[in-house]
Amino acid sequence: MTSLSFALAHSLPEVVLGAGIVLLVLVGAIRGRKSDGPMTELAVGVLALAIVVILLGSKTNAVIYNHAFVDDGFGRFMKVFCYAGSLVSLLMAQDFLTRAKIDKFEFPILVLIATLGMSMVISASSLIMLYLGMELMSLALYVVAAFYRDDRRSLEAGLKYFVLGILASGILVYGASLIYGFAGTVSFIGIAAALKGTPNLGVIFGLVFLFAGLAFKMSAVPFHMWTPDVYEGAPTPVTTFFASAPKLAAVAITVRVAITAFPGITLQWQQIIIFISILSMALGSFAAIGQTNIKRMMAYSSIGHVGFALVGLAAGTQQGVASVLIYLGIYMVMVLGTFAVILSMRVNGKAVELIADLSGLAHTNKAMAFLMSMMMFSLTGIPPLAGFFAKFYVFNAAVHAHLYGLAVIGFLMSVVGAVYYLRIVKIIYFDEAAAPFDKTMPVMRAVQAISGILVIFLFAYPAPLVDAANLAAKSLF
Amino acid sequence: MFGFGILSGLVFLPLVGVAFILALRGDDEATVNNARWAALIVTLIDFLLMLYAYSKFDTTSAAFQFVEQKSWFGSGLVYKMGVDGISMPFVMLTAFLMPICIAASWKSIQVRVKEYMIAFLVLETLMLGVFCALDLVLFYLFFEGGLIPMFLIIGVWGGKRRIYASFKFFLYTLLGSLLMLIAIMAMYSFAGTTDITVLLKTHFPAAMQRWLWLGFFASLAVKMPMWPVHTWLPDAHVEAPTAGSVILAGILLKMGGYGFLRFSLPMFPDACTYFAPLVFALSVVAIIYTSLVALVQEDMKKLIAYSSVAHMGFVTMGLFSLTQQGVQGAIFLMVSHGFVSGALFLCVGVIYDRMHTREIAAYGGLVERMPFYAVVFMVFTMANIGLPGTSGFVGEFLTMIGTFHFNSIVVLFAAIGTILSAAYALYLYRRIIFGVLEKPALKAILDLSPREIAIFTPLVFLTIYYGIHPAPILDGTAVSVAGILHGYHSAFAAVTTAALP
Repeated sequence: MTSLSFALAHSLPEVVLGAGIVLLVLVGAIRGRKSDGPMTELAVGVLALAIVVILLGSKTNAVIYNHAFVDDGFGRFMKVFCYAGSLVSLLMAQDFLTRAKIDKFEFPILVLIATLGMSMVISASSLIMLYLGMELMSLALYVVAAFYRDDRRSLEAGLKYFVLGILASGILVYGASLIYGFAGTVSFIGIAAALKGTPNLGVIFGLVFLFAGLAFKMSAVPFHMWTPDVYEGAPTPVTTFFASAPKLAAVAITVRVAITAFPGITLQWQQIIIFISILSMALGSFAAIGQTNIKRMMAYSSIGHVGFALVGLAAGTQQGVASVLIYLGIYMVMVLGTFAVILSMRVNGKAVELIADLSGLAHTNKAMAFLMSMMMFSLTGIPPLAGFFAKFYVFNAAVHAHLYGLAVIGFLMSVVGAVYYLRIVKIIYFDEAAAPFDKTMPVMRAVQAISGILVIFLFAYPAPLVDAANLAAKSLF
Repeated sequence: MFGFGILSGLVFLPLVGVAFILALRGDDEATVNNARWAALIVTLIDFLLMLYAYSKFDTTSAAFQFVEQKSWFGSGLVYKMGVDGISMPFVMLTAFLMPICIAASWKSIQVRVKEYMIAFLVLETLMLGVFCALDLVLFYLFFEGGLIPMFLIIGVWGGKRRIYASFKFFLYTLLGSLLMLIAIMAMYSFAGTTDITVLLKTHFPAAMQRWLWLGFFASLAVKMPMWPVHTWLPDAHVEAPTAGSVILAGILLKMGGYGFLRFSLPMFPDACTYFAPLVFALSVVAIIYTSLVALVQEDMKKLIAYSSVAHMGFVTMGLFSLTQQGVQGAIFLMVSHGFVSGALFLCVGVIYDRMHTREIAAYGGLVERMPFYAVVFMVFTMANIGLPGTSGFVGEFLTMIGTFHFNSIVVLFAAIGTILSAAYALYLYRRIIFGVLEKPALKAILDLSPREIAIFTPLVFLTIYYGIHPAPILDGTAVSVAGILHGYHSAFAAVTTAALP
């Protein structure tokens, strides 16, 4: 096998995505506005094909493209979840976009480009690849955030995201250049080799900047300021997308960088991770309590959940990495289920997004009320729902690594977080009924049902996910 | 069947009822009645199944029985069930009280009946699971899972301040249990397994024991509830519907005591000795202070709730006396309190259903119109005081004897508590039952209906039966308790020998 075909074989999902993007752009350019409709289906097909390629493809690990790109179990695990997140977001977006008359064929293409960017980020094994993937992802995301161009909030969200995002990219690339300057290489393995022995102050400087940039992409405190505004302002399907796939990719690369590039200075990055983890959990939990807009509340909730996921990374062990993967997988299921409900919040054809609009949902739509409450209890981390095991595994990893203080603070914050999740349950079940929602779309109903089943199934039988995550985590060590 | 044993059947049978009720369509009276009957029948079958299990139960063995084990998701966590003399009384209590709760809600719950029955059946599964689990994580899942149905029961079918009460209940308990979860994780990390039978034989270092003990204490003390973290209980009791209060007082509170028995006493013997004075102090404060608080209550349910806290003070005192009598007395008191306080809440429910107020001042002279009710209420009031001849006496007496070996001053204070309990219980009885019936609203009040008599009969019977003949419970628990305390003394002796070369 020649080296090019070897490399192509190991980056087949990315090749599929790239070819799909080119094809879709061509179709769009040739057919013009006529292609608005079927484009989503085509994009979904491309993503599904990419997932199939990963699931059926080779399970061997390889470093290709001049040490820039790595195909390993960790990457495959995260990619499947990212693609699935993009796929479901696209499916759920179609109805909203049609009603808002912004169902342009560019939307699915932009989502695909962002997904390709995530894919590259997840598999990056050099700082250059990391930066390239991150930019590819972010540029597409800036555009989709402002996709509802007749809506001032959407434009504001896009602009805010763009300005702050390029600032973060600048910080990230500055950190990367410092690391390159002191380590003499951009590949993660090379950095790890160069950093054996006493930690170098310049590298630690670079590390701080690099992590600051990554924290922005993960929307971890203290670089979270954009999240509430963008989540609230962006069209709801775009928010769904933001909350699922890109977040996973950002956490994934943070894990990969920390574990593969800086294994020698674990104590140094551990402090940073513990710090942002505690702050994220605290801010996410406290700030969400006072929200009235459900999208904004979910933004703070997502900040909090990044904090919880990072608890696993702070442990710095293989068990910790596996727990992060489990957390992210379960979190994505819960978030997609929750947003399937939020996207179904329409009164007389008009989308509503206040928490108060949910009031008394148990009287008007029992199934949806039950599902939403289930998601809220799961996000809180109460058994018998999957969210419990998500939290259980990350904190178990932290306790194993003797990070008792972090575990105690994390649990205190999840009690604070329980307040706002319970508030939703209270509004749904205990309050008087508000105006009933329109009939739920079949797509939404399907997503709700599947995520609901998964939340119970992954609790009762988590073995497949846990085994896959353990296998994936192993490939980093 | 299907490789699962009788305990799995016992625990998961209520879920069959849930599936059946979920399958019912419509909201008309017939469907609602079907839901009620389904719930009642399922809980009764569960009760019979429990009796069958009890008939096979060997009370002369301290080992876990009916053990079943399935690997669940690798890495040390297993699905493991089993009962011994300590858990069996609680399993029986749960299975016994559930049909009564369903029957007690027959008329008083008229909105969202199907959901109500589902919540109760799910709650039964979770409560039975707590007492049967032989894996620490499995125990925790059932323990914390119970929060969801109880939160909904208080919040949906509760009184005026139900939202405040349900949030307070949920957040208090959640905070406590999460600290316990950290302790569980630390034990898992130390021992490499969460199998309770293995952990019972694991010896944790003394310093670690103290932290683990505190972690468990945070959760169990809230659940118990011990002073000063008892404040959620009166609120939850007052707002919960009658059957919710019965479950809360009858079973949920017992989980705290059960946790001490199952984990704290046998697993952390050094820490138990170290912290025993703290527990005694808190128990005595609970017994005296909450009895005084109960004296001045205007609301019947609140009064009984505070009396529950006081009785739980006796339980913790007995448990940490670390003597055979004390611990057995504590178990007995918990079981007895399970049906006595449950019955007292049902008594309040009876007149609340008729008058829709729980204010003591709104009643008086009920004996003129409700002679049967007056008798029933009298029996449970006496049992609550701990009159000899009722089940309340045996438990309180044994806990005090047990503690007397350990510390006589504590018993002195506890004895003052029993006098106070007579004061508030008789005062309550006088104000409600005796006097002249002069309130116009009470003129037409009806005595117990046949359904209510059917509910109270088994409770009255057991209260008096166990008061005269406590042997069934005491014999059943004796061997297992001796097992715990034996393990305790030998561990203690080992530490002493290690310390003295």
